[in-house]
Amino acid sequence: MLDLTAQEWTAVLLSLRIAVVATAVSLPFGIAIAFALARKNFWGKAFVDALVHLPLVLPPVVTGYLLLITLGRKAPVGAFLADHFGIVFSFRWTGAAISCGIMAFPLMVRAIRLSIEAIDRRLEQAAKTLGANRSWTFFTVTLPLALPGVIAGMMLAFARALGEFGATITFVSNIPGETQTISAAIYTLTQVPGGDRLALQLVVVAVIISLGALILSEWFARRAAARLHGE
Amino acid sequence: MLAVEVDKSLGDFTVSVTFVSEAGATVLFGRSGAGKTTVVNMIAGLIEPDRGRIALDGDTLFDSKTRTDVPPWRRRIGYVFQEGRLFPHLSARHNLDYGRWMSGLARDEATFKRIVDLLDIGALLDRRPGKLSGGERQRVAVGRALLTKPRLLLLDEPLASLDAERKGEILPYFERLRDEARVPMIYVSHDAAEVKRIATRVVRLEGGRVVENGGVELVS
Repeated sequence: MLDLTAQEWTAVLLSLRIAVVATAVSLPFGIAIAFALARKNFWGKAFVDALVHLPLVLPPVVTGYLLLITLGRKAPVGAFLADHFGIVFSFRWTGAAISCGIMAFPLMVRAIRLSIEAIDRRLEQAAKTLGANRSWTFFTVTLPLALPGVIAGMMLAFARALGEFGATITFVSNIPGETQTISAAIYTLTQVPGGDRLALQLVVVAVIISLGALILSEWFARRAAARLHGE
Repeated sequence: MLAVEVDKSLGDFTVSVTFVSEAGATVLFGRSGAGKTTVVNMIAGLIEPDRGRIALDGDTLFDSKTRTDVPPWRRRIGYVFQEGRLFPHLSARHNLDYGRWMSGLARDEATFKRIVDLLDIGALLDRRPGKLSGGERQRVAVGRALLTKPRLLLLDEPLASLDAERKGEILPYFERLRDEARVPMIYVSHDAAEVKRIATRVVRLEGGRVVENGGVELVS
């Protein structure tokens, strides 16, 4: 049924790699910022909140362009990273992971923040009276109780990263084998005569991956919720 | 010995109490809204007093003059809350072990067994709190607090969420704690019958102030 060419399979694998790396790398930051927004009052909180949500409301192409003029090879931050550490993001798959991670970040933070806000803080007080300092309380009580939200946030971020198109193509272009994701490959195929059949097959693959991720995360979330309710 | 002399404003309500508690069970007695829980939370370190001093066995836990405020996790005070507050994601056994993990105490099978037997919770160890009855949860919560080897045990209306039958089931355990384990206790209650059974001393609170301080005869 599926007879994808090597180039299409490369795009599929690349998309998976980019989405997994984007989700995994942004997770610790997502948890930290969600915790800060849910619990702390600090100067500039509204600004941080707005900044995190910006990729959700900006046109993706604008986000991609902003990345290009900060992290591009000739842009200030990009040039500094390239000259001093040899790290280059533009036109690399790592750059695609950054743009996908940033586009997915607000969804991840929202889901985790909501689950942290829903935690009964009296359980954290109980942990403190049992000898747990702030970090132990966080890792043994807060984080396990927020786990269903963390899983949901990872799922949303993964799906968003997998489907990201505008910001990625603007920042790292559409280079087969390096930055061409499923979405970009489908777009390319629809632009050439006779590409429809291959495009449709990629669409099927995209649907399968997304549904698979959804089912997997539902299963994990159910297990985590069952643990919390005493099964 | 616990010495408390603190002031705390909460909106237009002010708690201002001074009392001393020796061995046995000191009951903070009074109607709801008298400030009992606030006082207990200040002793535990969960609420910071505006002014005053709290000392336990000569060890200053809080002193507004010297800006001392020992955090709750270093006070070694056990706290049994009204609603148990067991960790829902941990089994009863892991709830009991939690304090030992956090304070880095070595495994002590003998103490564990003694407390499990004292509270009759041996059959519940592998269950999660969601599968325990209210009375069972409260007994595990008491065990969890005791296993941290506290210098003082705070019990904030530990029977309030239970029906009369369950109260009768748990009260004897508290008497055994007081008489056999000899853990000094601060016991919060508004129930005269309960107070008569458990109290060594009674501190009666009203409107955030101590109005009477004496023996069980204060409760009629």
